[in-house]
Amino acid sequence: MSAPPLLSLADLHVRFDTAAGIVRAVSGVSFDLAAGETLGLVGESGCGKSTLGKAILRLVPIASGTIRLDGTDISSLARPQLAELRRKVQIIFQDPYGSLNPRSTVGHSVAQPLRIAGWERNAIAERVDTLLRWVGLPADARQRYPHEFSGGQRQRIGIARALALSPRLIVCDEPVSALDVSVRAQVINLLEDLKRQFGVSYLFISHDLSVVEHIADRVAVMYLGTLVELAGRDQIWRAPRHPYTKALLAAAPIADPRAARARQRTILPGELPSPLDPPAGCPFHSRCPIAEERCRLEKPELRPLGEGTLAACHLA
Amino acid sequence: MAVPLEVTGLSTSLFTRRGVMKAVDGLSLSVGAGETVALVGESGCGKSLSALSIMRLLPDPPARLVGGEVRLNGRDIVPLSEKAMLDIRGREIGMIFQDPMSSLNPVAPIEAQVAEVLMTHTELGRGQARARTHELLEQVGMPDAGRRLDAYPHQLSGGMCQRVMIAMAIACNPSVLIADEPTTALDVTVQAQVLALLKRLQAEAGMAMIFITHDLGVVAETADRVVVMYAGRKVEEAPVDELFEAPRHPYTAGLIAATPVPGAPRATRLADIPGMVPPLNELPAGCAFAARCPRVMERCRRERPELTPTRAGLVACFAAEKDAS
Repeated sequence: MSAPPLLSLADLHVRFDTAAGIVRAVSGVSFDLAAGETLGLVGESGCGKSTLGKAILRLVPIASGTIRLDGTDISSLARPQLAELRRKVQIIFQDPYGSLNPRSTVGHSVAQPLRIAGWERNAIAERVDTLLRWVGLPADARQRYPHEFSGGQRQRIGIARALALSPRLIVCDEPVSALDVSVRAQVINLLEDLKRQFGVSYLFISHDLSVVEHIADRVAVMYLGTLVELAGRDQIWRAPRHPYTKALLAAAPIADPRAARARQRTILPGELPSPLDPPAGCPFHSRCPIAEERCRLEKPELRPLGEGTLAACHLA
Repeated sequence: MAVPLEVTGLSTSLFTRRGVMKAVDGLSLSVGAGETVALVGESGCGKSLSALSIMRLLPDPPARLVGGEVRLNGRDIVPLSEKAMLDIRGREIGMIFQDPMSSLNPVAPIEAQVAEVLMTHTELGRGQARARTHELLEQVGMPDAGRRLDAYPHQLSGGMCQRVMIAMAIACNPSVLIADEPTTALDVTVQAQVLALLKRLQAEAGMAMIFITHDLGVVAETADRVVVMYAGRKVEEAPVDELFEAPRHPYTAGLIAATPVPGAPRATRLADIPGMVPPLNELPAGCAFAARCPRVMERCRRERPELTPTRAGLVACFAAEKDAS
């Protein structure tokens, strides 16, 4: 029997009760993530990608479905057992400034997970030095405060903290979206170096397809809380199957003026429907250029379409 | 006919307790009718302050225009009074910003906001302004325009608010439009819609457009010509194809190499630019990029390179000058 995947989601649902009604932020998502793999998760605002990432760390309540980590169901763990989970799964956020305590030194913030895990003082000090070195921060960063660092350096601090307990999986929630181009490349390279060095896996959440395409082994596309396509990075670019994936790729600006002019593209009309009142049938049918009667009535399931690609479309 | 916008030696400084910083240092650029010039660079390079300087909308204090000319349809607007500028803004030159939500008045219906622009600058009465607003909203692709006239900004999505801002900016057919990161806050499919809209409106009216962005993908999709800024100065200018095919300045080359192109063969590593932009109050004596430059020479640390002509543009770099000779 082969080892279970590092992470396995089955029919995961996350709902939020709001004043305006129930938002089905994540609605029946299933996928596996292998050890050592980087899975990219893309979609537009409100598609549920960040909520999904947080659900994996149990930072939002799960309505139903299972999340297995190394084969163990973590979706119903009680609070004391969550500490163990968070040793294995960590998260880094888009805004490193908002996720670091401005009154704590960098050393204190990076040491926090180690203290919670009950490490000895001396071991903590040594580990923090190692972590700061790994992420390319100067040794004196320990005594300094977050405001003394640039955005890219703060993201390095967040990465150091996430690495502290040698997690198996790091959920990266838009980790480079707030960074300038030149610094963004530095952080992407750092994440790739750390993966090679430590074999950590990433769930890399981003709205930026070109970044995801660069870093991910496979790409999952979400729309209105559902997974609409999952495929290898090469397949997703060369042969996208779901009309929404095609639309996203067509909309993504290409940093090559000749290629940008040469491509034929259809710009998707309309905007995302309200997640409070998602369309019946296929969630994408209201904007889909090829929707038929069936799409309005029947919700398509994810199904294999060869070469490891899965798509949830009646017409793909 | 005069060039719609011609900026010469524009300089804007920040007067702070820590001293005077040159945020925009001698920027010159011109934009022809129907032309789009992209102003590119990373945070703090002075691209947004350049736009605000041109519009005379600088936050003072700390920012103040300290030199240069801004010729709008042939007339230098720098010496003009604020009263004269009020008449020019919205009529001869329009501007749209990154965050449409915070640029719109949250407590006024959108119709009133667009109509106000029309009534300020034209002879239209209240009823005519409302009818014209309806037309404008349709022109910018507002879905259900008629029904949305009396909507408030919070009832609209970010994309729709940006359409309202665009309607306001083009209401009086300005000859120049400045768009400061107009799609940065939008989702990618909505971004594509707004970029297509701006292109269409520009082609219809022959507007000169300055498009400010940090996103090289957006540059490649929209610009005719590109001005690259670094630490307050223009370091390169070239037609868009030239710039991407043969960037002369090592900073431009670095930016392009650091931007992943989807569908390109997978490179194991992105080329990154080490270090970061120096703070404006600690700019070195020589080239501001020297400390990060892969091609730095002894001379670059001592002496600041001036802009010199290339085949189709300009570059401020000693290494690029050497390549050319």
